[in-house]
Amino acid sequence: MDALFLSRLQFAATTMFHFLFVPLTLGLSIMVAWMETRYVKTGDETYLKMTKFWGKLFLINFAVGVVTGITLEFQFGTNWSIYSAYVGDIFGSLLAIEATAAFFLESTFIGVWIFGWNKLSKKAHAGVAWLIAIGSNFSAVWILIANAWMQSPVGFTIRDGRAELVDFFAVITQKFAVVKFIHTVTAAYVLAAFFVMGISAYHLLKKRHVHFFTRSFRAALTFGLVSSLVVFILGDLNGVVVAEKQPTKLAAMESLWETQTRAPVYLFTWPDEKNERNSIEIGAIPGALSFLTKHDINAEIRGLRDFPPDERPPVLITSFAFKGMVGLGCVFILLTVIGWFKRNKLLESPKYLKIMLYSIPLPYLAVQLGWLLTEVGRQPWIVYGLIRTSDAVSPIATSQVAVSLVGFVVVYSLLGIAGFSLIAKYAIKGPDFDDTEEDTQPGAALDASAA
Amino acid sequence: MELQSIWFFLWGLLWAIFFMTDGFDLGIGTLYPILGKNEEKKRVMINAMGPLWDGNQVWLITAGGVTFAAFPIVYAVMFSSLYTALMLILFALIIRGVSFEFRGKLDDPRWIKIWDTCIFVGSFLPALLFGVAFANIFQGIPIDGDGIFQGNVLALFNPYGILGGILFVLLFVQHGAIWLAIKTDGELHENAVRISGKIWPILLAVAVIFLVYTKFATDLYDNYLANPVLFLVVLLTVAGLIGSRIFMAKQEFFKAWFSSALTIVGTTFFGVIGLFPNLFPSSLDPAYSLTAFNASSSPLTLKIMLVVVVIFVPVVLAYQIWAYNLFKTKVNTQEMTY
Repeated sequence: MDALFLSRLQFAATTMFHFLFVPLTLGLSIMVAWMETRYVKTGDETYLKMTKFWGKLFLINFAVGVVTGITLEFQFGTNWSIYSAYVGDIFGSLLAIEATAAFFLESTFIGVWIFGWNKLSKKAHAGVAWLIAIGSNFSAVWILIANAWMQSPVGFTIRDGRAELVDFFAVITQKFAVVKFIHTVTAAYVLAAFFVMGISAYHLLKKRHVHFFTRSFRAALTFGLVSSLVVFILGDLNGVVVAEKQPTKLAAMESLWETQTRAPVYLFTWPDEKNERNSIEIGAIPGALSFLTKHDINAEIRGLRDFPPDERPPVLITSFAFKGMVGLGCVFILLTVIGWFKRNKLLESPKYLKIMLYSIPLPYLAVQLGWLLTEVGRQPWIVYGLIRTSDAVSPIATSQVAVSLVGFVVVYSLLGIAGFSLIAKYAIKGPDFDDTEEDTQPGAALDASAA
Repeated sequence: MELQSIWFFLWGLLWAIFFMTDGFDLGIGTLYPILGKNEEKKRVMINAMGPLWDGNQVWLITAGGVTFAAFPIVYAVMFSSLYTALMLILFALIIRGVSFEFRGKLDDPRWIKIWDTCIFVGSFLPALLFGVAFANIFQGIPIDGDGIFQGNVLALFNPYGILGGILFVLLFVQHGAIWLAIKTDGELHENAVRISGKIWPILLAVAVIFLVYTKFATDLYDNYLANPVLFLVVLLTVAGLIGSRIFMAKQEFFKAWFSSALTIVGTTFFGVIGLFPNLFPSSLDPAYSLTAFNASSSPLTLKIMLVVVVIFVPVVLAYQIWAYNLFKTKVNTQEMTY
């Protein structure tokens, strides 16, 4: 237990906790803005009620997301000062741009949205909802560009013992960043869609607010179906850029030890890192890895043995995170495709609704596995190929980090319990209106017949 | 002016805007146990800052981010050497931030009590610690030639550091009381006005002691003595302080608030100008001090960031002013959100 180990633990804990709340913000902000826009355009009160109900859940989640984000902005300085001094010229500017150009937008207008119902016109209020959605998603752009640079450093030169920017455009437009951004935000949309579908399913199973939740479910279904397809396609592209830029991560995620042509994909492996082999290998698809990453079935893929042991990431975590993520990604497509065929008879599909209810945690698991793969797979580097994690930590006392780590674990656990309990409480309670009147609305019949 | 000097003052400006904006809501949170005598008053206080605190707090993120971008070495050394102090601030801001949203969501007195405590602690502690931290920066931090902190966190609580902390708390409480006077009526309004009046002479006394003590504890006055015209900043700050008292007496609350804002910005710039070109002076050896020139980013990064800041900071200011204007009316107790 030294400052390095504890700092890594603290970074992992605070970042992963933060990312329990960020994806819902990214996706639900768009859905709520869409609902409010529909209300403004159609005048249909159901959309207003949807905006208020989902908006309330959104805000509880948003509060925890925002406060846990502050930590991340400062943690590079507190715990990773050597890293910060070494790459600040590039990495620091990306974080600063995120704050000035994006974070202000969402944080200023969230207050306006919460308090502005009676102060703004309907149109302006819906516009504010879009500004929040744009702000939070635009935040993600800059954070993911920054992370992409840690995975694949470009546009810099080493001068006076640090990385200095030479090509800003290369940093913000590199393929790694673009692919990572789309993959990550669409994964967040899948999570938000499953959140809305799952809670709607709960109420539909109880036959409560049927019109309200059918409409919510179907809106989320479309969003979720498109997003889960995009996330999968971009995941594949992500594999291609990883193969190009991070050969050790690729080899670890597939637990491929030997360099080979026609490299296979295994359905299941259990890597044995000590003996540099897999103790279990099941379901080899020959050439699949070569084909997927290089689009050539005969392409050569470098195995882990080709790299010195001190340049390999932890294979077990990386490969399990990868396979878990991909498996879940397939489940999301399956569930949303099934949903598409059942969209007009949701009430008659209690089994499907039940599955959707219990699927709420799955995208949470998937996004965490995704980040685990991204960050653990990058090890032992903090910036791939440039500076090692072990060389990046601040010269601080172990006791300081130990105390702050315990503090984070305690405070965040309590926050997590409080936050998720409140979300569950208000989700179960349902919207605040009497639903006896709603089925008499003409909109109900219309909505059911629309495709 | 060189890029680094421009950035030095932009850095100071961002901190100043942070203290000016978030200062009033930290102040209201500090006054919360004193003025929030019943549930309705507490809720009015929360709703008085509710629409604005979140946007205010981003100035901190921006000040931190810009420190990282423009002066990465300062960012690295400042935050790692002030590790424990910064962590305390972060924890405080975390529990405070969720309080507003969580507090009213369960109808249980114990639950409400927890978040009431968090609002106070989460407001008072950052106000105090920012003051302590900046006062310590003014007098120098024990960092060695490798930027490694050679002191301990308790040493930050030296007399000058504590005085800086008290000064910040009083500045923010005054700022918050005036904002409350703007946003409320009835008993709470009168109490806010009264407490502002009571704090003012104490604030004045502390400010004077701080200005005098600064002469003995720091080298800040060197720049002023070299360029006496800079004493205008001190004059403006004092003018703001006196102005806030006069306008409060005349019940011109907006003018009082702007005067108080001027005092806070002036106080920040008093320190920033005195520090120049040091961003993070070493108390061990001036040669170890981190300056705008030995700790900055490359010219390219400074240029790009300058473009970003010149475009976006005015845009942000514009929409934040719009938001302030939207929410300047008194809290309507019939339709409180929190």
